Amino acid sequence: MIKVEHLTKQYGERYAVNDISFEVKKGEIVGFLGPNGAGKSTTMNILTGYLSSTSGRAMVDGLDILEHPLAVKKKIGFLPETPPLYLEMTVKEYLNFIYDLKKCTLNRKEHIEEICRVVKIEDTMNRMIRNLSKGYRQRVGIAGAIVGNPEVIIFDEPTNGLDPKQIIDIRSLIRELGKERTIILSTHILSEVKAVCDRILIINEGKIVADEKTENIESAIRGNRRLNIHIDGPTASVLPALKKINGVIYANVAQKYEDGSALYIVESKNNIDVRKPIFYMLAQNSWPIMSLAIKGSDLEDIFISVVDEAEAQAASEK
Amino acid sequence: MLAIYKREMRAYFTSPVGYMFCAIFFAVSSFLFMLLNVQAGEDASYTTYFTLLLYLFIIIIPLLTMKLVSEERKMRTDQLLTTAPVTLSGIVFSKYLAALTMFGGSFIVTSIVYFIPLSMYGNPNAAMYIGCVVGVFLVGSAFISIGIFISSLTENQFISALGTVGAIIFLLLVSSLNNYINNEAIRNFLSGLSVTSRYAYFANGLFAYDALLYFISISAVFLFLTIRVFEKRRWSNS
Repeated sequence: MIKVEHLTKQYGERYAVNDISFEVKKGEIVGFLGPNGAGKSTTMNILTGYLSSTSGRAMVDGLDILEHPLAVKKKIGFLPETPPLYLEMTVKEYLNFIYDLKKCTLNRKEHIEEICRVVKIEDTMNRMIRNLSKGYRQRVGIAGAIVGNPEVIIFDEPTNGLDPKQIIDIRSLIRELGKERTIILSTHILSEVKAVCDRILIINEGKIVADEKTENIESAIRGNRRLNIHIDGPTASVLPALKKINGVIYANVAQKYEDGSALYIVESKNNIDVRKPIFYMLAQNSWPIMSLAIKGSDLEDIFISVVDEAEAQAASEK
Repeated sequence: MLAIYKREMRAYFTSPVGYMFCAIFFAVSSFLFMLLNVQAGEDASYTTYFTLLLYLFIIIIPLLTMKLVSEERKMRTDQLLTTAPVTLSGIVFSKYLAALTMFGGSFIVTSIVYFIPLSMYGNPNAAMYIGCVVGVFLVGSAFISIGIFISSLTENQFISALGTVGAIIFLLLVSSLNNYINNEAIRNFLSGLSVTSRYAYFANGLFAYDALLYFISISAVFLFLTIRVFEKRRWSNS
């Protein structure tokens, strides 16, 4: 559905986007993940025709955005980083304006009412956008993007600045929309891509540093699995016992507490779950577990390690 | 295109700008008309009235154009327009048409209304009167396109308005500068820019094609430049 080939956008000496290539299949929800200024917005702006690329091409449904700008723009619904709202309009007027702007042919009244129902803004239809809270403005922005039922929807940081309840609402809304449409969204919040996307593209300094299915990304990138266990027991006997367990490749004390308990770090091969043997061993010796946390399943860690790796690679190339 | 035009027209009347424009235009134009035609008696002159209207443009044209593009940039709504299936020329031209409707509408209505007392109590030359109306309209449309262009250069409507005021003053007064300049080449250049000398043809009831062409080209050139500003932002590499 979307095909991007060697896309580059240069600002003077700086590369905002540097030779990016990827494809998005029909019906996929793809997340662009990366720190601020990584090139996510630039890529999206090029895809929607707001910016042009220095080189490379972007195609939607087989049509090049530069050669067929109007046809491509008709297929795309776009929510930019700042929702493009006319504050002096009511929600209804605004959506009607976009309806006309996109030259829609669906039944106007039904279509707009349906969108408002989906995005949950029916009760603000007749209010001025100026008077709406940030969360509602964001939803009106989303409503604007889906007017005309575009086949592709591009959301630039859709949950930016919303409260936790609204974030959950918007995420489930995106999942709902993604059932029939192709969606690209960008975020710098990791749990968000995990919750919403089928596939993750990690972008750093204008380059794609990882492109994986969401369920694979953790194992694909980090080799070892790491547990943080807080155990109440004598350190001198607990540590050797932990090391003896089958599958454990590393164990050490991270922190000792005044009550005699300690925090241990245990690493195991990724395909072996050592939690059960550790539990039984500790139970046998009456060393209670105070807490247990799996590290390394954290996208935050993956993200940092991927970005670090890419940077180290770039440094060694120099 | 029609969608953008309609939105601009509504925006004029959902903000104070449209009302301010109408208030200033109707008040000042009727005051001038009364002073120069109703109270003047023997010396009544509608050509003076129309010429003075040109100087009113210094205030009212920037009112119409200052927000047209700068506000879109400031609110990021340009992103909505340029990613919608509309051409850039469509966007710019709809905005131009909206401003032209505001100006042309109120100007032509007043011109028709003022012609009634003139023909009731005097014997005005209709061709000359129409010439004046067409001339003033052309000057206004040229100034509107200049205003849109200046509005596209900044995100700040105040700077946009100020720039337009400056540009209009310059174009209106440029021919009077000529009295102070000895160099022939500069004088020719400045009178080539002059709006007032072109307008004078129409005010004298002459339908001058070259003057018509001059005004239409000003509109076309500045609308074209505005489109280029949009394009440039898209292609910019700095």
